[in-house]
Amino acid sequence: MAPKKKDEPGFSRRSFLKTVGAGGVAAGVLGPASTAEGQNVKAIGPAASPIQLNVNGKFHRLEVEPRVTLLDALRTRLNITGPKRVCDRGSCGACTVILDGRTVYSCSMLAIEAQGKVIRTAEGLTEGTVLHSVQRAFCDHDGLMCGFCTPGFVTAAVALLEKNPKPTRQEARKALDGNICRCGTYPRVLEAALNPKSAAGVKRG
Amino acid sequence: MKSFAYVNAAGEKEAVAALGPERGRFLPLAGGMDLLALMKDYIAQPDRLVNVKGLDRAIARTPDGGLRIGAAVTLTQLAESAEARRMYPAMTDAAAEVGTPQIRNVGTVGGNINQRPRCWYFRNEEFPCLKKGGSTCYAVDGENQYHAIFGDGPCHIVHPSSLAVPSVALNAKFRVVGPTGERVVDAGEYFQMPDRNLFGETVLAPNELLTHVMLPPPGAARTATYEVRFKQSHDWPLAFASVALSMSGDTVRGARVVMGAVAPIPWRSPAAEAALTGKRLTEEAAMTAADAAVQGAKPMTLNSYKVQIARTAVKRAIMKAAGLKTV
Ligand SMILES: Cc1cc2nc3c(=O)[nH]c(=O)nc-3n(C[C@@H](O)[C@@H](O)[C@H](O)COP(=O)(O)OP(=O)(O)OC[C@H]3O[C@@H](n4cnc5c(N)ncnc54)[C@H](O)[C@@H]3O)c2cc1C
Ligand code: SF4
Ligand code: FES
Ligand code: FES
Repeated sequence: MAPKKKDEPGFSRRSFLKTVGAGGVAAGVLGPASTAEGQNVKAIGPAASPIQLNVNGKFHRLEVEPRVTLLDALRTRLNITGPKRVCDRGSCGACTVILDGRTVYSCSMLAIEAQGKVIRTAEGLTEGTVLHSVQRAFCDHDGLMCGFCTPGFVTAAVALLEKNPKPTRQEARKALDGNICRCGTYPRVLEAALNPKSAAGVKRG
Repeated sequence: MKSFAYVNAAGEKEAVAALGPERGRFLPLAGGMDLLALMKDYIAQPDRLVNVKGLDRAIARTPDGGLRIGAAVTLTQLAESAEARRMYPAMTDAAAEVGTPQIRNVGTVGGNINQRPRCWYFRNEEFPCLKKGGSTCYAVDGENQYHAIFGDGPCHIVHPSSLAVPSVALNAKFRVVGPTGERVVDAGEYFQMPDRNLFGETVLAPNELLTHVMLPPPGAARTATYEVRFKQSHDWPLAFASVALSMSGDTVRGARVVMGAVAPIPWRSPAAEAALTGKRLTEEAAMTAADAAVQGAKPMTLNSYKVQIARTAVKRAIMKAAGLKTV
């Protein structure tokens, strides 16, 4: 996508709105702002407006309507497809990303609200072609079958281990219980999450 | 979902100013774990969302020795608060079991208490039930295995909030702000039965916000929540109970016993409370109180199993509060 002028640093719809919001224009420009209540309310949308997302250490500028979820912005706009869309209702974990150090369901958060946060997906764990120790552990412990739940599980396991490098089995179970695997690989996922280092020494082939 | 405009409110004044008096038109958005799903299913179709994550997000001691929990506090934050856990285990135990880690990381106290019912007819666009302005409650002759066992309808939801029940047991006060200022509502008065309020579940007007849950000083009270779940995560409890017991020695001086997931509001049992008061805290006393708690239950066609589950939850919540073994 060719960058548009409007996307240039120093100009955002938000700062534009801040300037005009104080005047009487806002309600007219800004969609369904009602007159009886909420004059001077700085509303964004419903049309697309520019946002900036920090994903895996890189800043991305894009224009989205307020209704676009973080998951859809990542997948369909930024081509970051590690987070998967399965239930789209906060009930499966396939869309898990790490946001400011905590796991969240990206399907249940608006992209516009993920601005200013540090977002990490499975893609960001790999350095070049070198897998993260948790990703290696998933390979070495056979922590997947079809693999559709795997990016979600891996990010959840990474978030856990960064907070608590030596979790007990019980702690790991609790930390991973926001993710569902339809192929039923839970015991091996748990082994992988509990043995990220041991995987590094294991010879494969 | 339908498109909408978005307002990022800095604090409670700005948030209230961006809301309006018409039900469902402008809605507060906290963690979005409940609201965005309702919007994807076209059950909620607001013209505007007002971000209320700018409300207070602190857990603070009050001068009287109680605790004040901001509406924007996340469930993870509440569950991990050592102070809240020491003072009110009934509250933190409930917070720690909500849904999944991802839900607790973004779900807020305000959003939890104000979440909408899970009745699958309510959540399905195809069923224009009473709560959505239709003329039928589909649960009466339908799939009612998770519905209410107390209350006279006409709607038979169970209140979905895990925090609502300990809030009532702990005699919390809710601070509410609206266009004309603030008011304080007892948790026990906040939730409304469907015969009084069919289209909402609380006393909140569409342009009011819950800003704080204020818990009174715990004194010597012992509190606990005990949940019975079908699945260990990803789901609401089948039935649960929160209790607060004020003790002198091992004798109960006063008790509050409240059941969850059994009625359209947190269901307090004066009979169970009376059964405990003045008694020594033993397994027998807990059992007698639990029997009293489910007296008068009126199960629907498919949910009589919940009577026994609610009874067990009450008994075990009392025993947990007393420090007795629950199983
Ligand atoms: C798979 C799954 C399992 C779950 N399990 C449980 C469970 O076991 N127990 C449980 O209690 N919940 C459960 N939930 C519900 C979960 O959505 C809530 O627990 C969560 O706390 C909602 O908070 P939120 O901040 O995301 O709310 P939101 O979705 O942002 O808001 C919920 C509602 O409250 C309104 N609202 C938000 N903040 C305020 C405020 N300050 N004042 C007035 N109104 C407000 C919103 O307009 C909306 O109508 C589960 C959800 C899922 C998807
Ligand atoms: S229980 Fe209430 S929400 Fe469910 S179908 Fe009946 S009226 Fe509708
Ligand atoms: S797709 Fe987000 S939790 Fe299932
Ligand atoms: S490996 Fe197939 S869903 Fe988990």
